Amino acid sequence: MAANADILPAAPGARRSLAPGLSIGISSLYLSAIVLLPLAALGWKAHGWGAISTPQATAALKLTLELSLVVALVNAVAGTAIAWTLVRDRFVGQGFVNALVDLPFALPTIVAGLTLLALYGPKSPVGINAAFTRWGLLLALLFVTLPFVVRTVQPVLFELDREMEDAAASLGASRFTTFLRIVLPSILPAVLSGVALAFARAVGEFGAVVLISGNLPFKTEVVAVYVFGRLESGDSGGAAAASVVILSISFGVLLAIGALRRWVTRHDR
Amino acid sequence: MIAARGIVKRFGDFTALDGVSVDVPTGSLTALLGPSGSGKSTLLRVIAGLEQPDEGKVSLDGEDATRLPPQSRGVGFVFQHYAAFKHMTVWDNVAFGLTIRRRPSREIKQRVTELLELVQLVGLAKRYPAQLSGGQRQRMGLARALAVDPKVLLLDEPFGALDARVRKELRVWLRRLHDETHTTTVIVTHDQEEAMDVADRVVVMNAGRIEQAAPPRELYDHPANEFVMSFVGPVNRLGDTFIRPHDVELLLEPNGSTQEAMVQRLVHLGFEVRVELVRDDGETLSAQLTREQVEALELQGGQIVYVRPTRQTVFSD
Amino acid sequence: MIAKYALRFVSLGYLAVLLVAPIGFVFWQTFEHGVGPAWDTVATPDALHALKVTLILTAIAVPANTIFGVLCALAIVRHRYPGAGIVNAVVDLPLALSPVVVGLALLVLYGRGGWLGGHGIVFALPGMVLATIFVSLPFVVREVVPVLREIGTEQEQVAATLGASAFQTFRRVTWPAIRWATLYGVVLTTARALGEFGAVSVVSGRLAGQTESLTLYVQDRYQSFDNTGAYAAAVLLALLALATLLLMTRLKPNEGVQ
Repeated sequence: MAANADILPAAPGARRSLAPGLSIGISSLYLSAIVLLPLAALGWKAHGWGAISTPQATAALKLTLELSLVVALVNAVAGTAIAWTLVRDRFVGQGFVNALVDLPFALPTIVAGLTLLALYGPKSPVGINAAFTRWGLLLALLFVTLPFVVRTVQPVLFELDREMEDAAASLGASRFTTFLRIVLPSILPAVLSGVALAFARAVGEFGAVVLISGNLPFKTEVVAVYVFGRLESGDSGGAAAASVVILSISFGVLLAIGALRRWVTRHDR
Repeated sequence: MIAARGIVKRFGDFTALDGVSVDVPTGSLTALLGPSGSGKSTLLRVIAGLEQPDEGKVSLDGEDATRLPPQSRGVGFVFQHYAAFKHMTVWDNVAFGLTIRRRPSREIKQRVTELLELVQLVGLAKRYPAQLSGGQRQRMGLARALAVDPKVLLLDEPFGALDARVRKELRVWLRRLHDETHTTTVIVTHDQEEAMDVADRVVVMNAGRIEQAAPPRELYDHPANEFVMSFVGPVNRLGDTFIRPHDVELLLEPNGSTQEAMVQRLVHLGFEVRVELVRDDGETLSAQLTREQVEALELQGGQIVYVRPTRQTVFSD
Repeated sequence: MIAKYALRFVSLGYLAVLLVAPIGFVFWQTFEHGVGPAWDTVATPDALHALKVTLILTAIAVPANTIFGVLCALAIVRHRYPGAGIVNAVVDLPLALSPVVVGLALLVLYGRGGWLGGHGIVFALPGMVLATIFVSLPFVVREVVPVLREIGTEQEQVAATLGASAFQTFRRVTWPAIRWATLYGVVLTTARALGEFGAVSVVSGRLAGQTESLTLYVQDRYQSFDNTGAYAAAVLLALLALATLLLMTRLKPNEGVQ
């Protein structure tokens, strides 16, 4: 029977867990009204494609993608290192540090931007002024994307069979080789899926960058801010067109993560 | 009496039950025995109302129950992995069915106490399932199912997740419980020893069909076909002939119809010894002898012996 | 050994520079002269109104998304129906979408010339509520779905054979198993609703004292060169965030830390 588990329908006892019409109907309706209808309107409104081929728009898009890529790379390394420290290391205050990692999820993005500006802005007490620079943007994006890789890698690392590493060591592998050949392949899917989430978040981020970037066209204007700017100048068609571009990137990333998950669990079925 | 007639159940293009009809007499303990994928669990779930058959009818005590939801069938169901309500104490688990029925609390208290005594969990009433052993959890599952006085008790591989020793204990205990309560019981198992040990009647299933339904002894002595013969016990197959290992006699001298074979290995199983043999045509067979017989024959590896079946079966088809 | 300490140093250093130092600094600046002066800067009518708006948005979005979240999780895990895959994918969308895009989508739908335009939804509280609901929608679903999958259906089936109705089974068997996950999802939803900026910013019209939430107020103060006011409001939001963080740590199944 186990072989057919995937084609078994949900059991009737469960089907009666709540009248099926109720949960399916309400959730589909709610999703359509809240999420799909506005997005459909957005797609319909997206004309003025000229707006996304202007030099200002392409510069914003290019900057966004470059920054997001850097953010993804930094997170891949730093996030994995932090996850490792939380799972394998042991030190006083570890619980506190673990809780701290969630802070960027809990903290409003505008507050994140403001706090970075306070310490690394024009009135910086440590003499670092990253305001209105790409460094400032990078800092803000790293701040808000910090938890993604840590939180996807941490549980995988925790569940990882330590005996595999012991076995590798007993076969003569150095600690570095063990990490590279044994640990990394096991956590790589988690790292990638965390990185993808961080990338998607960085592409669309607005609140954290709006204060620190200064929104200088061609220099520190990211695409979300560009959309906002188009809107304020009354060009909602152009704003919608640029939005559809961001939307497509988000969709692509979601699909990629989904595909990655299916690929990772291919051995489990 | 439970009567299932012409039950067909498909999952996608897999046919789990292919026109199954079976009767379970009131007060009996019937086992559904078969390999995994034979449809035995599906049949049990159809009887419980947890699956709807695509075709066929189920009646409980003469009433058509095919379209009845599980809530109103009056069945008790016990799962292999206990399905304990993890957030409830043992007491609350057992009391669940009665609480749902809004029985007076005095009655609930009395009934649950009785049942906990019956399943020997009185001291553990305040514990949570996570604090119990597998055997204890399953006894709790049984008490929970029995609490509502089910017309029928359905057990789906109830001891499958337990270790061998606990399995045997619970098996004996279940038989005793049944002798006391006489609740009509159906137990699903893939373990032929368990089925033969505990049940009055055994229904052997294979590939969504019933191969044979009979009391254990009859099943063993008069298997309807090859499948049943080989599923309910070890068997030697020589051409079209089937011989049980304990029906093989070993002689030191040829005697008419005997066949020559060489002793490969002696496996000491306590009182009995399994003698593994190979014939000159390369076919292997095993014989089950008592220790005394082996000692009397002074058997050892490499020795040539002469085999004579004392009883053999040939199926016509 | 050295590698271990180096890794610890780098990891903690990264967190310190990126998270702890900036936040600590803002707190220090705000409370440099004690709690009294800090409170005075927050206690302006505009700020208090902004706080009220934020609380209203949260008070509507969180219950709505909680009820939806549980129903949707049940629909995804417990039922097979055409379109289940789509529902599952659409639920994740708000996580990946830029808040500005969300705001814009609402604007073109309900704004002037939109399909459902002209009902006073955008540049007013209803639009802000919709934006907040949109961005905080996935959290309860995402927390409840894996728990529902893990507990399986056997407990519910037992309840059914014991005579429990659909509602009784949900209340006595399913709900106790998912309530902590739901609560955790509620905390995440609350954090997101309290802190939403981009989407609300687009649909609000930013009328100070009317459609300004606390996050918008922070930006408004900062851009009016009122740093003290901005910091005080930011600290208020940060305190709310810390409270949610505390709850998160409390509620979260403790996995991943040894």
